[in-house]
Amino acid sequence: MKLNKSIVIPLVFLPVWYVIYSNLQPFTDWLIDTIFGMKKGAHLTEALRFFIFEFPKVVMLLVLIIFFVGILRSYFTAERTRKALEGKKTFTGNIMASLLGIVTPFCSCSAIPLFLGFVESGVPLGVTFSFLIAAPMINEVAIILLYGMFGWKVAAIYIGTGLAIAILAGWIIGKLKLEKWVEEWVYATKLGEGNGEEEKIAFSQRISMGYDAVKEIVGKVWLYVALGILVGAGAHGYVPEEFMASLMGKSAWYSVPLSVLIGIPLYSNAAGIVPIVSVLIEKGASLGTALAFMMSVIALSLPEMIILRKVLKLPLILSFIAIVGGGIMIVGFLFNWIF
Amino acid sequence: MNIQVLGTGCPKCKTLEKAVREIVAESKLDATVTKVDDIMEILKFNVMTTPALVIDGKVVLKGRVPSMDELKQILTTKIYFL
Repeated sequence: MKLNKSIVIPLVFLPVWYVIYSNLQPFTDWLIDTIFGMKKGAHLTEALRFFIFEFPKVVMLLVLIIFFVGILRSYFTAERTRKALEGKKTFTGNIMASLLGIVTPFCSCSAIPLFLGFVESGVPLGVTFSFLIAAPMINEVAIILLYGMFGWKVAAIYIGTGLAIAILAGWIIGKLKLEKWVEEWVYATKLGEGNGEEEKIAFSQRISMGYDAVKEIVGKVWLYVALGILVGAGAHGYVPEEFMASLMGKSAWYSVPLSVLIGIPLYSNAAGIVPIVSVLIEKGASLGTALAFMMSVIALSLPEMIILRKVLKLPLILSFIAIVGGGIMIVGFLFNWIF
Repeated sequence: MNIQVLGTGCPKCKTLEKAVREIVAESKLDATVTKVDDIMEILKFNVMTTPALVIDGKVVLKGRVPSMDELKQILTTKIYFL
């Protein structure tokens, strides 16, 4: 095989990335202590240290992981996912749909054609919902940011509980037989014939899809990340430690349902919400409450509900919100109780 | 040549439509470009991810906005990957 430029560049880039990434902390310290000569321990010094270290760290993680996710995603098209889910029994189907929801490229503006394409080719309603819940909630940007700011354990908890909610909520919707609340025309529509072919893509083109993903996603979220970390850096030394404790701390049991309720109409991308959550936790909010808030903001959004209203009747949308919201609350209570 | 851009109005769909029109004008292609917004019409092409590009009734691209170079190649040579 002739070595393609698009394959060689990432291979050269990878060690460079690693050297820079692993030297970020000493470099930051050197910059702050030696070059700027700032006083150690002062509020401004530590706030600046936090920002100069955290921002490049998170952006570098994003670039690297989104690149590989972009390549991985080129293998998972909506058509393949649908084929895998057609006529699947519930539960196994719910598990598969939730897992595929993580890796299949999904944009909420495609929610309607995707929903119709799934349901009309025989994917059960509950299984379709598992997909529609997992796809936005377990989002690569959210996972990377959680990993970067809280470590792998919190990231793993997020993935695990997000999957559990998507699987169970879809399963419950399937068991309740809510098909009667899908708009009638949905089942009456016939899909067009043919044209369902797969794209034949060369590997070098998949790599360029990795670049495209980086350009598109990192280009869109870096500003939110910067702002979020800036707020975090500002709060670092200046806002009192227990500021949020009485409002979102463990002792306030009502904080979980309240956070979920506030989160439903709020709409933000993962990049904006994670840094805010990190500030909340640092200032005394409990992990369960903060996670519940974050899940509610990302997974349940008003714009998506309005889009889905075209194909679903109101009772089904409300049941969907109630079931997923309930699941998120259970996760919140569970983690407040464990930690 | 009959070119259709399928999309329900998301930002990416508008980007694709604009790019297609630019290339058609720039390369002086003999083509009519129409935007298909109606979901029922889009479903007739069995497309689940938008935006999608249809040339003479055949879906040639779906779910992504290609680079200008790739799009130009598709439109001028009709060589595509689907």
